[in-house]
Amino acid sequence: MSDSVLSVRSLRKEYGTGVEALKSVDLDIRRGEIFALLGPNGAGKTTLINIICGIVTATSGEVLVDGKNWHSNFRYARERIGLVPQELTTEAFESVWRTVRFSRGLFGKPRNDAYVEDILKRLSLWDKRKSEMRFLSGGMKRRAMIAKALSHEPDILFLDEPTAGVDVELRRDMWDLVRKLRAGGTTIILTTHYIEEAEEMADRVGVISHGELIAVDEKRSLMAKMGRKTLDIMLAEPLAELPPDLSDWNLRLESDGHVLCYEFDSHAERTGIASLMRRLGDLGIAYKDLSTHQSSLEDIFVELVHRPRAEKEAAQ
Amino acid sequence: MNLHGIAAIYRFEMARWGRTLWQSLITPVITTALYFVVFGAALGSRMTEMEGVSYGSFIVPGLTLLAVFMQSIFNASFGIYFPKFTGTIYELLSAPISSFEAVLAYVGAAVTKSVILALVTIATATLFVPLRIDHPLWMVIFLVGITTGFCLFGFAIGVWAKNFEQLQIIPMLVITPLTFLGGAFYSVKALQEPFRTVTLFNPIVHLISGFRWSFYSIIDVPVWSSVAVMVAIIALCMAVIAWMFRTGYRLKQ
Repeated sequence: MSDSVLSVRSLRKEYGTGVEALKSVDLDIRRGEIFALLGPNGAGKTTLINIICGIVTATSGEVLVDGKNWHSNFRYARERIGLVPQELTTEAFESVWRTVRFSRGLFGKPRNDAYVEDILKRLSLWDKRKSEMRFLSGGMKRRAMIAKALSHEPDILFLDEPTAGVDVELRRDMWDLVRKLRAGGTTIILTTHYIEEAEEMADRVGVISHGELIAVDEKRSLMAKMGRKTLDIMLAEPLAELPPDLSDWNLRLESDGHVLCYEFDSHAERTGIASLMRRLGDLGIAYKDLSTHQSSLEDIFVELVHRPRAEKEAAQ
Repeated sequence: MNLHGIAAIYRFEMARWGRTLWQSLITPVITTALYFVVFGAALGSRMTEMEGVSYGSFIVPGLTLLAVFMQSIFNASFGIYFPKFTGTIYELLSAPISSFEAVLAYVGAAVTKSVILALVTIATATLFVPLRIDHPLWMVIFLVGITTGFCLFGFAIGVWAKNFEQLQIIPMLVITPLTFLGGAFYSVKALQEPFRTVTLFNPIVHLISGFRWSFYSIIDVPVWSSVAVMVAIIALCMAVIAWMFRTGYRLKQ
């Protein structure tokens, strides 16, 4: 793909223990997008990121950065990638300023105090620049790790669970930062357990499960394709059980028979809502209110991860 | 070549050394100086001269190397082991820096520290015993070469070690005994056979002999043999480290 800044081709990883963490993953990341990689614990998210960044060795397959192989052009590839790992691993006895400056040098960039100062200010770390890393709070350490990852001005930024264990305010700050980075042209790939985070920020979403990438799509497209709508009908009188005459619709009773729920495909030519309402009228079932709601990305994620594989393939 | 990366690691390691100066410089110098006090100033006059050199002066090169061996291994092994232990190794592994450049930076810093330690130790020795250096250029060559070999060895230990205990095992249980039995306190020529021949299989004997020759022009083994052992240690350790990086041994999964 011409607009792919990062391409993963048939990437496979089998650990020495025999665990197959990745099963031939193919993925293209578009330049300038925010891509959210979702998956349960142990699905292979971190393994995928670590292979791309050079921390874990792939069993087979390749990664292309701007079309260049990440091994034969390792300097080119690595200069372009920044990584914020999941674990808060820092040089405990170094100051924030020194550790960020170290990262910039390590990645081959000449000293630029003005740039480091700018990053620290953007991350609200300037006041802490002289503090040793061990004295920072978890949230501040997370910011410092982002500062380290940004210190060499990468085009591609990996954020592995960036908001794990941080408070709501900091999470919002980070979302703002991610948006600003994207606005500046940085491509961002993030893994998260917070589906809300992906729903809020991502342009595209990938779902990984048991080492396989089971869905990759635009967030809106995925939600439209996979998402379902539910019509809730608040009944005037509760029903003890579903009348047999309503068996043609996928209905269920909730709230002690007070609410009749109808799950339907909003993109189908015939949703079945009109005929259902007519049938309710025919049966003399009165209702006092109606509401609809759409399944969230979280619902889709749970469904994708837990549905049998054959069904997923059929859905795709 | 990622010169900024090499400089960053070098400065980082030297800064760490600066923070632990008592442990990494002052303590080993004091410990070695105590040997000079005991064997040089206190007991030295009662000991026979070794090939025309007073006993106190004779032991200076060997004791200097003992301190250099230990600190070279500790400094270089800790430099690479600590990021493994804390997890910050991810940054090194994901950086655009080759294994050669990384080793150059870590080992270069460790060599600098050990050479400074050796020079301070030798300077301290002059306070207690008479000292002369017959071949100053060779003294520097042996010092830098031996230090480089042991720093490379220490780096390999740092990659190999899975815990802090393993970092200590080889310097304490292998290098210290080999140094004590390697002619640091005596001339190998004074040993009876077959111990003399057996001792020659100890590479430390060759290193101490060569280093001591640069001071007093006295040898236990030919100088070429000392140079050959020094070069062999460097080459062997470089080969092991190259293999470690190529295979990702205990660095990458």
